[in-house]
Amino acid sequence: MSALRVYVEGVGLWSPQLADFAALKSLLGGATPVPPPARPAAARLPPNERRRAPESVLLAVEVAGQAVAMSGRDAATLACVFASSHGDQPITDYMCATLAQAPAELSPIRFHNSVHNAAVGYWTIATDCHTPSTAVAAQRASFGAGLLEAASQAVAEQRAVLLVCSDTAGSGPLGEVTHCRQPFGCALVLAPERSGATLARLDLELTPAHPDSALDEPLAGWRDDNPSASGLPLLALLTRTEGRCQLAAAATLGLQIDMDHV
Amino acid sequence: MLDLMTPLAITAYTATSAIGHGRTAHLDALQAARSGLRPNDFSSAPLACWIGRVDGVEEGALPATLATWECRNNRLAWLGLNQDSFLDRVQAARERYGAGRIALLLGTSTASIGATEEAYRRLDPDGGFADDMLRPAIHAPHSLAAFVAAALQLEGPCLTISTACSSSAKVFANAERMIRLGLIDAAVVGGVDTLCDSVLFGFNALELVSLAPCRPFDAARDGISIGEAAGFALLERIDSAPDAPQLLGYGEASDAHHMSTPHPDGLGAELALRDALTRAGLDVSQVDYINLHGTASQKNDEVEAALVGRAFPARTRASSTKGFTGHTLGAAGIVEATIALLAIEHGLVPGNLGGEAPDPLCGASFAWRNEQQRVDVALSNSFGFGGNNACLAFARAGFAA
Repeated sequence: MSALRVYVEGVGLWSPQLADFAALKSLLGGATPVPPPARPAAARLPPNERRRAPESVLLAVEVAGQAVAMSGRDAATLACVFASSHGDQPITDYMCATLAQAPAELSPIRFHNSVHNAAVGYWTIATDCHTPSTAVAAQRASFGAGLLEAASQAVAEQRAVLLVCSDTAGSGPLGEVTHCRQPFGCALVLAPERSGATLARLDLELTPAHPDSALDEPLAGWRDDNPSASGLPLLALLTRTEGRCQLAAAATLGLQIDMDHV
Repeated sequence: MLDLMTPLAITAYTATSAIGHGRTAHLDALQAARSGLRPNDFSSAPLACWIGRVDGVEEGALPATLATWECRNNRLAWLGLNQDSFLDRVQAARERYGAGRIALLLGTSTASIGATEEAYRRLDPDGGFADDMLRPAIHAPHSLAAFVAAALQLEGPCLTISTACSSSAKVFANAERMIRLGLIDAAVVGGVDTLCDSVLFGFNALELVSLAPCRPFDAARDGISIGEAAGFALLERIDSAPDAPQLLGYGEASDAHHMSTPHPDGLGAELALRDALTRAGLDVSQVDYINLHGTASQKNDEVEAALVGRAFPARTRASSTKGFTGHTLGAAGIVEATIALLAIEHGLVPGNLGGEAPDPLCGASFAWRNEQQRVDVALSNSFGFGGNNACLAFARAGFAA
């Protein structure tokens, strides 16, 4: 099947245990990195927005900002693909609870923050970015499907693309159903050509469905607690010099990724 | 900067909305200038407004093999899939290309959140979801696409695009890129959104809902009427269907301005329009008809009317059809793509229903009543919260820009 070749220029990552990609490297190297503050810093948001923004937006903006900073690119030039399996679960929980009790009291701000593209909307506003932006979901395959979409845009349009995949923890009765127990977010800046900022080359190939690659012990259970952590096999691979991993791109479709540091 | 796009064939398309099930019902309602709006009889608590509700959704149970996907949104999706021989056309494509070579790319704003709302209305005494609601897959944004993938037995790339009201316009762009790259040979695109308390009370909280049937581009317009719809299209390479209508181009852009208000100068909307024209190789003078986003919100219509006025000559006809269907949110892109394709097929410029006293901002391009004329090229605008803009360009078979 056809392959897509893209170049990674930046990596972002945030979880309650890991402040960034360097912390993941450190963890996989056997160390115990210092955990970040409880609330993602999301320094790219203006202070007013940062105070008001829901956690889903802070998390996405935090990892996006890390990846873009590493790439050295101007955020305003990057097309944006923001993936999330569940969107903002605390807002969905709030809305469904309010609608069941007192629908006329629904908060207009929480409603407009409930759209799946809220995070990418805030990101484009904060970075004055007029490029195409999208928000996608694919259940537990959101990272792989988002990566396929981002790589398709990078190659088809010959432009650099920012991929973000993030989910917050669930809350309320909905949280019991989604089983999201902790937040996780990650981001990649992908370019169609090799450049001075290139960290690694990825060759992506669609395959029949295949179990996702196993994760090393310190990360083993993370995917059970957050669907966006399904990107971890690739992130872990990026801490090494070369290798292959397998992710789901859909329920019935696999994505085989060959990585080389170049 | 953008390359000319190789057009794609639209080998099947269909829509189901408040004006009816399938293309013939849509054409009939458009020709008769018959609105599908009715007083709100849907929300779980009273709310004075008009809605575009699809008849027959409640009666259409899913086939037993798909019962785990039961919810109102997926029933509307199933109703939509059963119009205009769409299931047969997809089956033929599956046999021709293989299930793994067809992508499924669907837009939705709220997917089946109506089912999650219902689960919260009747929680168990222990505070959890009732047993019949313990189906995690319907309480996630991917519910629609995952259900349709199962219903159509497709095994290629499968993605939910959820950028509010531009969702099911953007799916055409996803499909074109994947076909161009050779990742797939065909794509089922479309979108479904159903009425639910979240959007009815949410837009009401934002004071964007009219008490009366919506009046797009009317001087006295005072808000939207929310609707629901399902629509689908099958895209293939043009050599496989030289006589089918075509997707000529698309444009996507971001306002970078505000979460729920459009850019005052229509910046993102104009960028999307220019990109669509560039990809299609079109000059504005070649555009016969534009189906506008035209929600009947104060701001959208003001910004969009100004864009039409500065970008197009009077010979380009323009109208919003939200007075027929209501604003079907994440399904608006595919419903209005269908109307643009019907305009090409039947030489009908649908009148801007509800615009009785035109806003003086609206120029000579506006078609306030139906006009019968040849339409070779039609555009469709779709704009969403978050400043998310998309524009699609369609043409009749054989049109050469």
